[in-house]
Amino acid sequence: MIQIKNLHKSYKMGSSSLHVLKGINFNIKEGELVAIMGSSGSGKSTLLNILGMLDVADEGDYILDNVPIKNLNETKAAKYRNKFLGFVFQSFNLINYKSALENVSLPLYYQGVKRKERQESALDYLERVGLKDWATHLPSELSGGQKQRVAIARAMASRPKVLLADEPTGALDTTTSYEVMDLIQKINEEGKTILVVTHEPDIAQMCKRIVKLKDGVIIEDKKVKQVLASSYV
Amino acid sequence: MNSLKVIFDRDTWQEIFGSISKNKTRTIITVIGVLWGIFIYIALSGAAKGLDNGFERQFENIAMNSMFVWAQRTSIPYDGFKIGRNIVLKLSDAEYIKKSIPEVQYVAPRNSRGVFAGAPPLVVRKNKSSNYNVYGDYPEFTKIATKKIYDGGRFINEDDIKYSRKVCVIGERTQTELFEKNENPIGQYIRIDNIYFQVIGVHKFIPGGGFESDGDIFIPFETFRKLYNSGDKVQWFTIAAYDDADAVNVEKDIKTLLKRIHRVSPEDERAFGGFNLGEIFNKIVGFSKGMTLLSLIVGIATIIAGVIGIGNILLISVKERTKELGVRRALGATPSEVRNQIILESVFLTMIAGILGIILGAFVLFGINIATQDLTDFPYTNPTVPIKFIMGALFIMVFLGTLIGLIPAQRAVSIKPIDALREE
Repeated sequence: MIQIKNLHKSYKMGSSSLHVLKGINFNIKEGELVAIMGSSGSGKSTLLNILGMLDVADEGDYILDNVPIKNLNETKAAKYRNKFLGFVFQSFNLINYKSALENVSLPLYYQGVKRKERQESALDYLERVGLKDWATHLPSELSGGQKQRVAIARAMASRPKVLLADEPTGALDTTTSYEVMDLIQKINEEGKTILVVTHEPDIAQMCKRIVKLKDGVIIEDKKVKQVLASSYV
Repeated sequence: MNSLKVIFDRDTWQEIFGSISKNKTRTIITVIGVLWGIFIYIALSGAAKGLDNGFERQFENIAMNSMFVWAQRTSIPYDGFKIGRNIVLKLSDAEYIKKSIPEVQYVAPRNSRGVFAGAPPLVVRKNKSSNYNVYGDYPEFTKIATKKIYDGGRFINEDDIKYSRKVCVIGERTQTELFEKNENPIGQYIRIDNIYFQVIGVHKFIPGGGFESDGDIFIPFETFRKLYNSGDKVQWFTIAAYDDADAVNVEKDIKTLLKRIHRVSPEDERAFGGFNLGEIFNKIVGFSKGMTLLSLIVGIATIIAGVIGIGNILLISVKERTKELGVRRALGATPSEVRNQIILESVFLTMIAGILGIILGAFVLFGINIATQDLTDFPYTNPTVPIKFIMGALFIMVFLGTLIGLIPAQRAVSIKPIDALREE
């Protein structure tokens, strides 16, 4: 699903430049649930941003679902993001003046789906994250865990190939974190490829594979025995 | 993406409406800015137009290019005559003026009793009587100063002059004071200085300044001449020049001619007096044109200020919404979709504000209209703004709204989604 070869990225900081990614190579197959770990500054967020086409690599190849991702202009990147990727953020990033339902249907709006279909589909996804009854509520009326579940529903709504989660449990307490991870695991069980960036080992253990980054290179890439989040809930 | 399709897409408007209605304070403040601009524009130019109409009404019963000329005393000894000689206009002067000065359209010699010389004659009908000003007139007079005559009546005509008929046109007040209610005065007789006159018409009085009143009685010039033994004397000429003539020059030519006829020094400025309506009218027209221009400038400037305010607020709101726009971009909004949304928000706000301002302005003009309706001595009628000016103002607003919306829109697009999302 994802092939990455010799990925380099550096940021200019005034006169000096900061080499963040120093040649990353890895492949992700369809249906994998991968945790990307590393301390802050290890380059994990940069990697995720490049995977999410929010940022561009200086060097190297990135192939997503057999489509080489390079030389993208903003319009094309937006189309690809909409078609291939679903985002889950640490701070949820729900649009605060839109209801849960409207938030979930937003990516479908940008796909050009008709209004009625959009709402039906969005409601369907809200039901799958167990928040059908909260459809008309604004994000400010939801708890952190509920917000993240709405965000996951939104990420799923556009039927992406890959789900990218940047510290999805970073702003949640342990119990809620496990609930969210349980949801992510379930989505993965349905065959969706998911990347989770985290620095919490227990969250990483709930994935099927852990990629550890340090100073811009992969220092460890191992398959793990998945801990089911539902056993904690 | 096809931009026209975007405009007519219901979802686009849903997005815009959502974003606008969820930021109420911002929307209201923005709207007030433009609303005020268009309101000032409508109210000012409507008011200017009202003044314009008012002046026009004041002059509607008299030819724009008309003047009065009368004779006074000489101030310079000339041709053997002493200083201070009384000049009297003669009936034959009218012919001379008409013949010698091609710009003159009509000359109406006039005499009167009660206005400048003599006491107003006593007018009697049955047991009622009063004093009214009496004018001796030619039919030409109505070509210069229109006299509206009530149905069933007429003004003095050529035959009245020819046969020195004893007929008269009376005023509205004269009618109410001398006749019973429901009594038709036409064909009835009244006594002016003990001579019986038949009433042939009642004129409607239109206030327009000057010395005329609603009690005036008009009789044929020839009849006046016989009644008061005025001979060839004329008190003053009412003269109308052709519309394209320069009234000031015509007046000068007439005076020069009169000086020659009456053997008055060409340098004598006091021998003949004149009151030039054309000159005054031109000044008033210039004044109201200035008012219209001023209101246009002020209005447009205020609209521009309002639209710039919208741009300003949208710019702030784009900054506030950086994260939201970043999320939208991450979810697959293309830069042009984001740009269109911001521009359409700007245009939509401008339009709403503009239409509200027009409605408010119309209400105020409506109020002014009602308040000034009964004022006859104040030149103010029917304050309106032509629809094409309103459309023009709306067009300018939409145009400026788009233009000013481009700035925040471009800014929204220039922020990279990653930076937008990173911003906490």
